Parts: sequence; structure tokens; C-alpha cells
Amino acid sequence: MSTPLLILDGLTKAYPGVVANDGVSFVIGEGEVHALLGENGAGKSTLVKMIYGLVKPDSGSMRLRGAPYEPAEPRAARADGIAMVFQHFSLFDALNVAENIALGMEHPPAMRDLAARIREVSETYGLPLDPYRTVGELSAGERQRVEIIRCLLQDPKLLIMDEPTSVLTPQEVAILFETLRKLKSEGTSILYISHKLEEIRSLCDQATILRLGKNVGACVPAETSAREMAELMVGSALKTPERAGRDFGDVALDISGLSLPAPSAFGTALKNLHLSVRRGEILGIGGVAGNGQDELLSVISGEETTTSDAVKFNGQPIGHMGPSARRALGVLTAPEERLGHAAAPDMSLTENALLTGATREGLARNGFLKWGAARAFAARIIEAFDVRTPGPENAARSLSGGNLQKFVIGREVLQRPEVLVVNQPTWGVDAAAAAAIRQALLDLAAGGAAVICISQDLDELMEISDHFAALNEGRLSAPRPTSELTVDEIGLMMGGAHGMEVAHV
Amino acid sequence: MIRLEKRPQPSRGWSLATPLVAVLATMIAGGLLFAVLGKDPVAAIRTIFWDPLFGEFAFYYRPQLLVKGAPLVLIAIGLSLGFRAGIWNIGAEGQYIIGALCGAGMGLAFYPAEAWYIFPLMVIAGAFGGWAWAMIPAILKTRFGTNEILVSLMLVYVAEQFLASMSLGLLKNPEGFGFPGSRNLQQYASAHNAEIITGTGMHWGVVAALIAVIFAYVLLNRHLLGYHIRLTGEAPRAARFAGVKPARLVLFCLGASGALAGMAGMFEVSGPSGQVSIDFNVGYGFTAIIVAFLGRLHPVGILLAGALMALTYIGGDIAQSNMGLPSAAIQVFQGMLLFFLLALDLLTNYRIAIGKPEVA
Repeated sequence: MSTPLLILDGLTKAYPGVVANDGVSFVIGEGEVHALLGENGAGKSTLVKMIYGLVKPDSGSMRLRGAPYEPAEPRAARADGIAMVFQHFSLFDALNVAENIALGMEHPPAMRDLAARIREVSETYGLPLDPYRTVGELSAGERQRVEIIRCLLQDPKLLIMDEPTSVLTPQEVAILFETLRKLKSEGTSILYISHKLEEIRSLCDQATILRLGKNVGACVPAETSAREMAELMVGSALKTPERAGRDFGDVALDISGLSLPAPSAFGTALKNLHLSVRRGEILGIGGVAGNGQDELLSVISGEETTTSDAVKFNGQPIGHMGPSARRALGVLTAPEERLGHAAAPDMSLTENALLTGATREGLARNGFLKWGAARAFAARIIEAFDVRTPGPENAARSLSGGNLQKFVIGREVLQRPEVLVVNQPTWGVDAAAAAAIRQALLDLAAGGAAVICISQDLDELMEISDHFAALNEGRLSAPRPTSELTVDEIGLMMGGAHGMEVAHV
Repeated sequence: MIRLEKRPQPSRGWSLATPLVAVLATMIAGGLLFAVLGKDPVAAIRTIFWDPLFGEFAFYYRPQLLVKGAPLVLIAIGLSLGFRAGIWNIGAEGQYIIGALCGAGMGLAFYPAEAWYIFPLMVIAGAFGGWAWAMIPAILKTRFGTNEILVSLMLVYVAEQFLASMSLGLLKNPEGFGFPGSRNLQQYASAHNAEIITGTGMHWGVVAALIAVIFAYVLLNRHLLGYHIRLTGEAPRAARFAGVKPARLVLFCLGASGALAGMAGMFEVSGPSGQVSIDFNVGYGFTAIIVAFLGRLHPVGILLAGALMALTYIGGDIAQSNMGLPSAAIQVFQGMLLFFLLALDLLTNYRIAIGKPEVA
């Protein structure tokens, strides 16, 4: 490792009103797994976009194997051996794996040859994948393999991975890590972006930490504790959510024998579901996305109605009630999809506060809206949950994902719910804000509310939930006390072991 | 290289300025068109935009503006509620016809009695007729998931047949020497939608249109139902989550637009038109769709758009008869206005950038 692979020197990129990167310098060695750490808005995305040729730096320079490197566009970056796996997949559901990969190539070979190459690469790196399967049928983990194989076919020198494990089960993460280690052993460098500090500790050789666009430090992850890294990211001592000792009260929400046909062609049917949550309890529901999470939330929110006895609140049947009636009782929900489901993108935050707050916060009288009260409620959410926005008149779509998430969760929490169901409450939210949201959920439970937290983030569920159950293909496993569970057991409950083997390489 | 860049926030300035710029661009392009046809472009433009308002015979044309504009605004306001929520009533023309038939039928049922309550009953009957006609696509949609665009549009043609049958049969004037068409309501005092102030063109339909504008404004900006309508249009899934019942909204929006269209038909048949006849409808129901979009589905915008539309119709008529412009040229001119408005509308959300893109 005498000549480093990539040297970044003083990279600066400013957007109107914000300096995304301010003189960032670091070095990625050959065959090194380098972690890039930072909160949301710390400038990680901008930085990797500069490396990948999507954004041009205002000043500063990059050197690739000693030669000046100024990619004008991603194609140039790919030609120089830089590949990137994005957090959000860009795949067409209706096409098969090989067709999807061919679409991203400059000169795709004949489909048969390409399929053979895909099979070869996928076997070499322990990522089994059938080139002829339709992408729409693949799990999130398998889709990610398509993206990774698409990159590996270019034989990259540097592979950039943006939050690769956010959608994977523990078993899938293990497979991915085997693959990355094998790549590393062959001399490929990896730039690895993640929030999950334990992963970085087990996988990465070096870490660079960004805060507010500046490089604020470097460390060797294996020799640094997760807490120290988190504190470097946040720039202050991190507050761990506190679990006050809680007593469970009566059953607040009870679902028994609930079945629901799939609401749409891409939906999941719920099959004979049982669950009950007591006051003061947090039930964590894990599982890979698309296994019925959205559907479960919609039968509790009232968007999907069922027979009245299937869902009970305080013993009272509510299965037939719509969302407004359930809200009036105190059953509140926060869906996963922020834009278009939990919030209307083009409407102001005030109008979005009204979206669920009209009933419980008394924002309308005889149907006439009290805009002043709605604005005050929005301002209260912004204040209490530290939503970064110039004011409640701004459109929801102008907020970053994490900030909008804080707004959506805050809107429900501040309405004093008796039952609160949240789906992916901290998805895309930075460490400090995620801790604040978890704390808010814990406080709610301590105040006597029943909370259901649906999440793919197992660390999160371990941290806050009293009982854990997993959704798998629309079936819910029997809840078990979280304290008695090991990560392996959880993985098995999630059904992640299906057809997944750790690569033998 | 010229490119379009999406603005982070819609530009307020441009959304106000585009109608003015569009009218200006239409004047220039239309002037060129008229010049090529061998007419004096300045005179033609003046005839269309100036004469109806301030010309020598403006005392005659100004009332016509209200007469032509009122039904357009009344219908467009109703349509805009549905369009805001993504519920597409294309059949206002049919609801307009049925409203006229019910209103006129109610009036003629009392003939020749004179009483103060006849006209109000006719208004109610007109609104009911339009509402009932709109309920057909509404119920088919909520019950069976049919497409309201197709059903409401096809019902226009059913309504036209109905109109012909009525003017030849049930509603035919018994003293009409066998000519098709009903009695003339203008000659039946209790049923006549007369001018409120003589010579102004101000009839009850104009009053209803203004009330509808105010009502729609309050509904959309101050009422939960209006909020739910807007929410459904912007984010249907969020609306379901907020507790909006889609079926109920379909019934309300189609019902309200049908009732307003029916009322417009009733005001027309009992006033400016006077009688039910085979060719009673002149396409207000379809033109109102354009007016609704021209006014950006905003009540005040619709009021202005209705006035502008009426102006080009009347000005176009004057230019045809005074300057001998072909009617096709006038239609092209009106088309240009729409074209420029919609094209320039792009600038509200996009800006034009010249030069090479910074990011590939």
C-alpha cells in the first residue's frame, strides 16, 4: 500500500445558503475498507457524488493512483474504475436481473453471455442470483445483490456503498460482509457509508468522520468504541434513551384472528394475526420491508376496515371504524412513507399539521378551520422535535427526509395518543434525532400509552421494545420478551434465513 | 444550450404574471395572423379587446359580457371543486341541459298561474336536475368503479337526445303552430329570469355565479371539506390516512358541479334564451372546463377567466361582423390565448437556464 488509491485534497462544495463540504481531505488506500461517518446533512452524499462525478467540486482536487482525477460525469468515473451502489435501488420491477444490468451498461454484450457473466460473478462472490428472475419478485437483499453485481461487472478499483445494510436481515448482512471482505482481499477498495457503528467496527479499516461539511476526525474503528465514534459525529456527548422502569397496565389494543387480503397487486395479505399491547408497553415488530408492515399499520389506522371484533381498543370493537373515529378515541399512527402518505408534499407544514391533528387538537369548529390554532400546533411540533425549517409555512417537500420524519412523529406524539403505532420511526434520521424520537416513544409508554414500533432496525427494537415479534409474509410470530432474545434468534424469527447461506469462499 | 430547470418553490411572481404575458403574446401573434390575412392588426386587436368594453356600442356589449360570462363562471366553479380532488366531471353540458329542462318544466307546469314562489321553485328544480344527472356517474363510480370521465361525457349525448325529444314532445308550445320548442318563458312573468337592473345584463344567474365564487373560496380556504378536497388532489393516500372517505367526496364533488351546471342551464333557459329548443345548448359546459383551468382552479381566477373568455367571444363576434374576419381566424386567436397561457404556465415551476449544465 505504498501509493494510495485515492487522495482527496481540500474538496469544497457550496450550495446557495449552505456549505456542503468545506475543505475535506482524506486518503483511501489500496484494498482498504474506509468508512465515511456523519449525521444527516453532514455532507457525506455530496462528497461521494463528487467522487462519482455527479457533482463538480468548487475547489480542491482528487488524485487517483497519483494521477489527477476530475470526473466530468459518472460515466467517466466508471471508466476510471469507480463504482457506486446507491441507497435507493434504481431497478425496473418488470424486467429480469440480466435486462436490468444490461440497461446500465454502455455496450451490453449478448444477453446469454451477460447471464453467464452474472452467474459467474455471483458465484465467485457468494451472492447467488438467477439472471433470469424478474426483479419485482426479489427481496430487498436480492435487489441489492443486483446492484452490487452490476458494479462488480465493471471490475472496480473503488466501490462506494451508501447505507447498504439498512434493508437487510442480520443473515443477509453477514453474507454481504463476506462478499466485501473477499473483494478487499482481492485489492478492491471500498468506501462504506453507514450510521451503524457496530458494523463499521467489524468491517472497516479506517474511518473519516464528517460534521457540518468538515472533516472532524479520523479513527481506526476496531480500536474505537461505538460511543466515541457517535460522539465525534454529533460533536457532543450522546444521550442514550433512558428506560424508566415501567409497569404494564390493561390491554389497550388487541388484534385477534385478523386476516386481510392483499390490498393491491404489490401488497401482502395478512394471515391470522394476533397481537395485544398493554398500557406502558412497547411492542417491537421486526421484519424485512414488504412482509405486511404497511398493511398492519393500515388496519390499525383504520385505512383498511375489518370486522369490528378483529381490532379492539380497551375492549371496545373498532375494526369497522375509519381513521377519524379511531383518532378521536386515541389510536394514532405514523406511516412509513413520509411523502404522499404521512404528509402531503406540496402542502405547508401548517396544513400537514391539520392532516391528523384536526380532531384531537380541536383545529376545526363546525367544520370551519382554525388556521391560527393549526399554525400554533405546527409551530409546537417544530419546536418540540427540533424540526429544522424556516417556519410552518414551508412546504413539506422542502424539508429533508429526517426533518420531515421528526415532524410526522412529533405530530402524533404531541396529540397525547393512547395507542401509537409507528412504522420505521427513525428511517433516514441522524443519530441524535433518532435518539430523541426513541426517547419520545419511551416517554409515551412511561406515561401509560401502548406503543407498537414497526422497524427494520433491530438495534432500535432491542433498545426500546419490551416484547419482540416478527412479520414474515403477512404472518406475525408470537411476541417474546426482548431481553431473552439473541440476534440469531431474531434473524430466524424474521425468516431471513430463507434460502440464504453465508458464502463459503 | 437552453434548458428548463425546476424551481425549488413555485414562483409567486410568475404565477401572477403569466396571464398578462400570455394576453400580450396572444396580441402579438394574433396581430401577425390578422396582418397576414390583410387586416389592420391594431384595429383588429382593438376591436376584440377594447370595443366590447369601451367602444362606441359598449352600452350594448357590456351587458352581454355578464350574460355570457355568468354561466361559464357558475359551471366552472362547480367543476373546479372536483378537478381539485382529481374527480373529472366532463359532462357539465349534459347537466346544464337537464337542469334547463327541469327548471323550465317546473315553470311551465304552473303556466299560466302567477306567483312569487314559481321562480325559486324553478331554481331548485334546475339545481336538482343537474345534481340528479351528475349522480349517475357518481353512483356508478362509487358502486362499480366506472370511469366518471367516460360516463359523464356520454351522458351529454343522452341529454341532447332528451332535449330534442322534449322540445318536440312534452314541452312543446301548444300554441306554437307546430314549431319545435317550448313556450317563451320571457313572456311568462313569474318564470322569467329578468334583468335585475334594466340594461345591465345583471340577471339572477350573475348573482348566483358571484355567490358561488365566494362560497367556493370560503369552502376551499376555511372549511375542512375544502381542505379534504385539496388534500385528495395533492396526495390521495395521505387523504385516506387523514380519514377522507373517497366515495363521499366523489358524491359531493360531482353533485355540487352538477347542481351548479343545472342552475346555469335553468337561468339561461328562463332568461337570455327564453325557451327550450332543440339547439338550446351552445357548449357552455365544455367551455367551462377551459375556464376552470384557465383560472387555475382558483375561484377568483375562474371569475377573471370567465370574463376574459366572454370578452374574446363577444370581441370575436364584433370583429367578424365589422371587419369581415373569418370565424376560423377568431377561433385560432382564442386557441392562441389558451396555448400561451398553458405554455407560459411552465415558468411558474421551471426557469429557463442558458448555458451548459453544471452537472452531467
